[in-house]
Amino acid sequence: MSAREMAISTAAGPARWSRVVIYGLLIVFALFYLTPLFVMLSTSFKTLDEIRSGNILALPAHPTADAWGKAWGSACIGVTCEGIKGYFWNSIKMVVPAVLISTVLGALNGYVLTKWRFPGHRIVFGMMLFACFIPFQSVLIPMARVLGILGLSNTTAGLVMVHVVYGLGFTTLFFRNYYDTFPTELIQSAQMDGAGFFTIFRRILLPSSAPIIVVTVIYQFTNIWNDFLFGVSFASGGSSPMTVALNNLVSSSTGVKEYNVDMAAAVIAALPTLIVYIVAGRYFMRGLMAGAIKG
Amino acid sequence: MRHFLLAGTACLAISASMARADESVEVLHWWTAGGEAAALNILKDDLAEQGVSWRDMPVAGGSGVQAMTALRARVTSGDAPTAVQMLGYDIRDWAEMGILSNLDDLATSQGWADVVPAALQDFAKYDGHWIAAPVNIHSTNWLWINKPALDKAGGKLPENMDELFALLDNFKEQGITPLAHGGQPWQDGTLWEAVVLSVGGADFYKKAVLENDPEALSSDTMREVFDNMSKLRGYFDDSFSGRDWNLASAMVIEGTAGAQEMGDWAKGEFLRAGQVPGQDFVCIRFPGTQGDVLFNSDQFVMFEQRDPAAKDAQEKLASAVMSPEFQIAFNKVKGSVPARTDVSDAEFDDCAKKGMKDVVEAAANNTFMGSLAHGYGQPGAVKEAIFDVVTQHLNGQITTDQALTRLPEAIAAAK
Amino acid sequence: MSVSPAPSLGKRLQDWLPRIVLAPSLALVLVFVYGFIVWTAVLSMSTSRLLPVYRWAGFDAYERLFNQPNWYVALKNLAIFGSIYIVVCIAIGLFLAILLDQKIRIEGVLRPIYLYPMALSFVVTGTAWKWFLNPGMGFEHAVRVITGWDTFRFDWITRPDMAIYTVAIAGIWQASGFVMAMFLAGLRGIDSEMLKAATVDGASTFTIYRRIVIPLLRPAFLSAVIVLAHMAIKSYDLVIALTGGGPGNATELPSTFMYSYTFTRSQMAVGSASAMVMLMGIAAIMVPYLYSELKEKNR
Repeated sequence: MSAREMAISTAAGPARWSRVVIYGLLIVFALFYLTPLFVMLSTSFKTLDEIRSGNILALPAHPTADAWGKAWGSACIGVTCEGIKGYFWNSIKMVVPAVLISTVLGALNGYVLTKWRFPGHRIVFGMMLFACFIPFQSVLIPMARVLGILGLSNTTAGLVMVHVVYGLGFTTLFFRNYYDTFPTELIQSAQMDGAGFFTIFRRILLPSSAPIIVVTVIYQFTNIWNDFLFGVSFASGGSSPMTVALNNLVSSSTGVKEYNVDMAAAVIAALPTLIVYIVAGRYFMRGLMAGAIKG
Repeated sequence: MRHFLLAGTACLAISASMARADESVEVLHWWTAGGEAAALNILKDDLAEQGVSWRDMPVAGGSGVQAMTALRARVTSGDAPTAVQMLGYDIRDWAEMGILSNLDDLATSQGWADVVPAALQDFAKYDGHWIAAPVNIHSTNWLWINKPALDKAGGKLPENMDELFALLDNFKEQGITPLAHGGQPWQDGTLWEAVVLSVGGADFYKKAVLENDPEALSSDTMREVFDNMSKLRGYFDDSFSGRDWNLASAMVIEGTAGAQEMGDWAKGEFLRAGQVPGQDFVCIRFPGTQGDVLFNSDQFVMFEQRDPAAKDAQEKLASAVMSPEFQIAFNKVKGSVPARTDVSDAEFDDCAKKGMKDVVEAAANNTFMGSLAHGYGQPGAVKEAIFDVVTQHLNGQITTDQALTRLPEAIAAAK
Repeated sequence: MSVSPAPSLGKRLQDWLPRIVLAPSLALVLVFVYGFIVWTAVLSMSTSRLLPVYRWAGFDAYERLFNQPNWYVALKNLAIFGSIYIVVCIAIGLFLAILLDQKIRIEGVLRPIYLYPMALSFVVTGTAWKWFLNPGMGFEHAVRVITGWDTFRFDWITRPDMAIYTVAIAGIWQASGFVMAMFLAGLRGIDSEMLKAATVDGASTFTIYRRIVIPLLRPAFLSAVIVLAHMAIKSYDLVIALTGGGPGNATELPSTFMYSYTFTRSQMAVGSASAMVMLMGIAAIMVPYLYSELKEKNR
């Protein structure tokens, strides 16, 4: 046994066989988590005949990337046969402003609710938190009416507003819990020096907010990108987001189903959130550690 | 004076519509993928030639469930699309709201009343006024049989439930799944309505399903229907739950299953697999229902437009939908038959030819009836209530006795 | 002479600024959450079917709601699904977090694998899951082909009595990795000196976790319960993608019930009534919790 291995096993404590068990368990779970993604990927490289007759857990016998090309550029969604590439842009136009606005508002709210408390601040926070629990199915009709009154029906701007409104509870929660642990003395001394509301926020709180901003942005990005219910109800025309287009592609009612194209499109639609989780996953963990999970 | 004013407004309206070269229609539909979307392109191109652009609003999901939600959102926000694909009672529900366009002038000038079957007109008109343009007629009481398996079983086409069961028994002996089925409420309902029609005949279907006569609903005939459903359940394979209908069709195509009860859209799956009607597969009316047609028709319902240019574009759309050329071109691709009964069947395949003949015959005999499973038998609430009972019974959650008491109760509760 | 009013105005603005900053968010929430709850309450006491109408019908919709067998099925399913979902997610999440905390060299690879399901919606993974659970083409089929074990059965999704558990499995797949991350973050935040001291005292690893580590994770438990409870109550895509509420109505949940009565079945008043009942249920659980949490933190 090399010195390095010795060091590791003594550092971790338990004997070797238990290391094997731990690794074994971790890998079994990893396989469980990976199975659906594996099915999707392998199906997307199969031909339709192979899908119909074969085993879903088998690797493609004659891998082909045709389905990917079709899903991206030539599959019909409604009367336009240009694949899902155009809807990518729609989703980005919706997600970016919605995430930015809700994060900024959440940060400001968290700042006020922890460092500039006023009578009733707890009730205000409680009300915003409870808002997280409202079932979205029940707000569709009233929301449609309000969007109509505001002239935002069937527009990306309207959809952005909806996502901001129903994301506020979460972003406020995240920032409030994070700023709650932030030393108030720093702020008081800054006030003594004559710093104002925004100066303190910008100079003192913001520079150390990176972890919680990452958590909030990832959370909001994932939720808004994946939203289907609001997208289908409030933006079903040319501005529909990716998920609505994907659903249009995969669940045509009485048409022929091309499962390989469906699966390729699904993976494409999921790529941005997957990348965000994989690339920013480490920072996400750091953010969680830094206080986002405090009750 | 008044005349003068009217003429002035008319001129304004005309000049407005002339000035706006970019006339457009916004169409909400759930033909979002593959062949269906391609078929719709025929209509889009047709309108483009007339200078009307097409703003597409596709919303997929089981016979328009999501689409109707999107429509509610749009109407609630006061911004209804030009035309919306819709089925059966949904059309009546929306017409009741008083927000649909009146197409009477166009319909009269083009003589729609003479070419559209009367039972279908009941839905395309509300209160005597045309509000929708029907695109096609699907019918649901079809049985699709794998030809080699049928030949092995002697080649005799079943004409009633008993002969069907005999055939299915034979399929079982051949070692294949006798009946391919997908366990989704609408598919269960499609099978159920075919069995109701087969066991009870057209009059019973009308009484029980279309009129919800409580006596018919708990009659011995209805008991027989549910008994037959339980019996049919025995011919499914183990993994039918939640299966999409086209996967069930694929089983028949590949010969791992003998037959499937499904609407005529299933034909597209067979044709796409390179199969030929009469040679590789057989299309017959569900045993015991020859001469009757349970229809389902996609219609474009027109919503009231304030802008005269939009109204003009809307009429162009309606007129294009009803043109014989479009009806032929579209239905050839879609697998259905034209909503007009006066078009030539020359360009259609054998199954469609039979379908067109059956429609004319059934319309003449008054046995052309709305399909419950597809929104032409009862309003949504009642339909879903019936589905609840049928699907729970088929899945063995309730017994036949319970189904017979639940059925009238559930219907009454939904009304 | 003229100095007095100007600074006080500026100061007063400074005093009010925090509230002004908070005001738009509060206004949005008041209108779009609480206003809409009131709106829903009004609809639930109206005769609305296809579209909102404002004709008074009293508690008729509530009476209809509680006469619907489907509603009880939905409530029962939420109880089953919710408790399994929360308990198993926490168990798996905690278990994996503890394993991953044993100085695992490939942690960087495993963590994103556990976490990624949370990034995907069931609009994306629904078909794959449906296939996987389908006995004829999924897991059962694969096990039979690969191992030759011909009597192996995994047909829960086709059985009305078991289907809700398959929904729970998919839900757990999606959320348990996220819960793992929360616990792992909690574990990493624990002072390692304290653990070392315990080890020196001769406590076994198991005892250390049971006596010291897990109690210290209390905040992570609470957050996990809140996050999971809210996801369980809102679960909708999951059911629609996997079973569509079937077989029969065996996997109906209040969220699918609400949607189908409001939109598919044109019984908007009943749908709204079910939304109100749900909200009251959530409030009954959440308000005392929020109250105690926020009170405790009064420092």
